[in-house]
Amino acid sequence: MSAELSPTDIAVNAAEIPAVEMQISGDLARRGVIASPLIVGAATVVWGLDGLASGAFALALVLANFVLAALMVSSAARISPPAVMVAALGGFVIRLGIIMIAVLLVRDQQWISLQALGAVIIVAHLGLLLWELNHVSISFAHSGIRSTHP
Amino acid sequence: MEAFSILAQLTDEGAKAAEAAGSAGFAYGLAAIGPGIGIGYLVGKSVEAMARQPEAAGMVRTTMFLGIAFTEALALIGFVVFILIGL
Repeated sequence: MSAELSPTDIAVNAAEIPAVEMQISGDLARRGVIASPLIVGAATVVWGLDGLASGAFALALVLANFVLAALMVSSAARISPPAVMVAALGGFVIRLGIIMIAVLLVRDQQWISLQALGAVIIVAHLGLLLWELNHVSISFAHSGIRSTHP
Repeated sequence: MEAFSILAQLTDEGAKAAEAAGSAGFAYGLAAIGPGIGIGYLVGKSVEAMARQPEAAGMVRTTMFLGIAFTEALALIGFVVFILIGL
């Protein structure tokens, strides 16, 4: 009887691990809500009322993208590791398509400012990720310690 | 003759707009290739790591998810350039 793990063992083990992606996306969504007045306020200052609406739309798009990515990966992780591969690559294409369709649907609206939309998408995506990365790196370096900061 | 020159001008502007949209779409396609390769490599290595050390799967998946999101930022930057130039 071999003591090595079989692919089935790995799949069972993967199913026992909590959905860390959902925790991360929950953290990102919470921080996005906390940072939303700052991000949308900055867009309003630069682009006016169009910036306000476009910034809010872009922020919602970024947060929805994170939550959708987490849902896909964590659902696939419950099935098997190869399913994670499928979900990650397929999800990448699907989410880019969804973002493109969402932007194409609103591009001709009166309230949209494409500059504000693009700027907030990049700033919010990278900013929230760096914030989460800082939190995660602290947790990895000092396991068991959970930061009280948001 | 004047009508022809106006028509020619309009056609020229339309052609330029079509060229810009086509180029932006092509650039967006190119910009999405790199992150696609990056995510494939990242997830492949993560699955390998989870297979080698199943007890570290939680940590691997956390790092993998953040890596996917950072890599995806490159595609989003390409998308933003596309909407600014092509739309």
